[in-house]
Amino acid sequence: MNSGPAGFTADGIDPPAWEEAAAAALDALAAEFSVTAERRVSAAAGRGTDPASADQRTTWLDTFDWRLYKAGLTLEYLPGRGGSELRLADRASAGRPPGPAGVTGGDAAAVAGSAPERAPDRGAVQPVTGWQASRPHLLAELAGGPVGARLARLVAPRALVPVATTTVTTTVYRLLNADSKTVARFMISRPRLVSGRHATPLPPRLVIAGVRGYPAQERRADRLLAAVPGLSPAAEPLFADALRALGRRPADYSNKVDAAITRAMPAARAGAVILLRLLDTIDANVPGVLADIDTEFLHDLRVGVRRTRSALKLFGDVLGLTRKELAFFAAEFKWVGDLTTPTRDLDVHLLDFEETARGLAAAKPDDLEPFRAFLEQRRRKEFRALARGLRTARFTGLTADWRKKLVALQAGGAGPAAVSAPRSVPSGRSAGGSAGMLAAERTRVAFAKVARRGAAITTDSPAESLHDLRKRAKELRYALEFFAPLHDSAESAKVVGDLKRLQDCLGEFQDTEIQIAEIRALAAAMLAAGEAPAVTLLAMGEITAGLAARQRAARADFERRFAAFAGIDGQRRVSALLRGGVSR
Amino acid sequence: MRTYATYNIKGGVGKTTTAVNLAYLAAESGLRTVLWDLDPQGAASFMFRVKPRVKGGGRAIISGKRPLDDAIKGTDFDNLDLIPADFTYRNMDLLLDSAAGGQGAGAGHGGDGKPGSAPGGKPARKLGRLLAPLATEYDVVFLDCPPSVSLVSENVLHAADVIVVPLIPTTLSVRTLEQLSDFVDEFKGRKPELVAFFSMVDRRKKLHREIAEKLSAERVEVASTAIPALSVIETMSVERAPVTVFAPASAAAKAYRALWAEISAR
Repeated sequence: MNSGPAGFTADGIDPPAWEEAAAAALDALAAEFSVTAERRVSAAAGRGTDPASADQRTTWLDTFDWRLYKAGLTLEYLPGRGGSELRLADRASAGRPPGPAGVTGGDAAAVAGSAPERAPDRGAVQPVTGWQASRPHLLAELAGGPVGARLARLVAPRALVPVATTTVTTTVYRLLNADSKTVARFMISRPRLVSGRHATPLPPRLVIAGVRGYPAQERRADRLLAAVPGLSPAAEPLFADALRALGRRPADYSNKVDAAITRAMPAARAGAVILLRLLDTIDANVPGVLADIDTEFLHDLRVGVRRTRSALKLFGDVLGLTRKELAFFAAEFKWVGDLTTPTRDLDVHLLDFEETARGLAAAKPDDLEPFRAFLEQRRRKEFRALARGLRTARFTGLTADWRKKLVALQAGGAGPAAVSAPRSVPSGRSAGGSAGMLAAERTRVAFAKVARRGAAITTDSPAESLHDLRKRAKELRYALEFFAPLHDSAESAKVVGDLKRLQDCLGEFQDTEIQIAEIRALAAAMLAAGEAPAVTLLAMGEITAGLAARQRAARADFERRFAAFAGIDGQRRVSALLRGGVSR
Repeated sequence: MRTYATYNIKGGVGKTTTAVNLAYLAAESGLRTVLWDLDPQGAASFMFRVKPRVKGGGRAIISGKRPLDDAIKGTDFDNLDLIPADFTYRNMDLLLDSAAGGQGAGAGHGGDGKPGSAPGGKPARKLGRLLAPLATEYDVVFLDCPPSVSLVSENVLHAADVIVVPLIPTTLSVRTLEQLSDFVDEFKGRKPELVAFFSMVDRRKKLHREIAEKLSAERVEVASTAIPALSVIETMSVERAPVTVFAPASAAAKAYRALWAEISAR
């Protein structure tokens, strides 16, 4: 059996057992080869007898939402005395034990167990200076390099955050034939997970690295290792071991709802499960918001809050909360939403800034710099207010109490009576007892609202009617997302696809209007503060003109989008989707 | 890819020790290096502890039946690979001639019936063509040549960018260099650069000192670095490693380093 480039890993969780297996491996190889420690060679010392070993530290980076992992990539930061670098690789080819530095003799690529110069298709290496492994880094810091270029579309606007750090000590042995010629190398890598000042040993990895022209000996050495008790072919990269030791798993954060609900589950419990999942998302993002790592922590937190409010409206009555409790939590989450809005609005302006500046026809991009400075200053101020709010007892108490409540509801603490006796059921019908019935009924109601209100919109309707429709469409979208595990995924994708296009149209219509109003207000504020050069105001005027054109285009597009979603075919699709939800 | 060949008509002048040490130093400096041991005696292969054997023999390689790539062995050293010798290389003249002839290059046969008698003909350039595919993988090739005047040596001279000629400090060595220089001058098209240096110099011998000093001053192709006659160089065949590895601080190692610095800077 050929172990492949990943080699073998010691079984179990017991460091003394790992060392026993490593010693047994050395013995097994010594039965057929002369095994000699790689010499440490320095010009002065001549030869030494210590096994050459060297430490290599590796920090794995990804976005908070695992965009690189999901794209099948790994990004490693490798500090080194000769220069530090970031290494991007396909996951299939990454994660091999790093080679020892300063080992003379042998082909460096063979010692490393991989060929660094044989870069995988999507791989890239970029030297970095002043990189701090323990801190998040924005992609702008990598501008101009090959890794930065390859990650730009995938990662932005997210930051790269350190996920795990290991230090690997690798000891290299040579396997010699009867002529004392090195025919293969044997490397024992002993990784440790580094967390602050603590280092936790991880299972060692044992790798045979071939020497060119000696494939039979490499295979033989691999077979000898395969027969050693306590060793198994390494199935996973070191990163996986490091994550496991951290108590994490890959892609353990996602802003998708993806609640573990079934059709047969009592409605109250399913509702609690969905809301707990939303609360997890809110809680997971708070530290990233406070540390201001990137804009998407706040975005995801806001989505979590908005979904929570929507869920309370959609099925809060079946949870088993009192009317007072329901009103309290709805009001408190509205407060959280409002707390986050000013910062997010400014984030949106700043995120779009470069593209907006590039799109100017008459004005020069530089004309807008005072506007950017003003936005950034505003954002700093609003962010301080946001951070203060998230640190209040009101916020921390809210999330803690809400979790306590939901855990009790999930466990059935509220009792089945609450489920069977909903207090305020839309359109006067009962939600029934099961999650499947709840999903069908409430989604149907949400769809009917969208269909009815959308159909009433004419070319003469005021903007407010479209804004209102946007809210209803969002509620329907959330309903479809909350109950997605109960629906047929292909049918669901079709409905959600049409709905999403309608939402995009409505969103464009309203967002451009809001942005125009905001830019006008900001222009007035800049003028009042004496920070508004004429060219900047002119450029801002050009931006509002562009936004107004986009808004008109969105309005013109509405009818087509609405018909595609809520026309006869659309209605049939929704009916089919919801029938499936009830019957199965 | 830059190709160096160590060559002298005479044997026992230090060709192999030069090829082994310079190839090692090239590799050590970070250049991806391969050394082809063309001498059927296999001394360079022996020094790198590689068996002097090639699958299918010289014929398989020269005929192109097996790519040269297949014969390459990793040495114990970073960046340094070896194409081992094979006893069948003793017939390499015939192999080169027939391989070239087999490709419809009968013109390689001159009127006098000796192989390779048309200087610079197809048989004389066969080795160069075999080496060409290695250019993507290596920065430097060293060819360690058997001592002779033959189609093999003519091939080597055509394939090389630089011919490194070890000279024993005798009056005859001057003649050797002149002969080689004239021979290379007759090449049509690209001509290799000649770099000679004095090898096995005994500083105690007045004649050695005089010839070495005079010639390196007079002739531009003679390097200023000389390799002294030292017993540590002879122990290479016992240690089976470059002297720069097993005695890195020795005078011999220093001399080879200086020689490589001088040759590689040209």
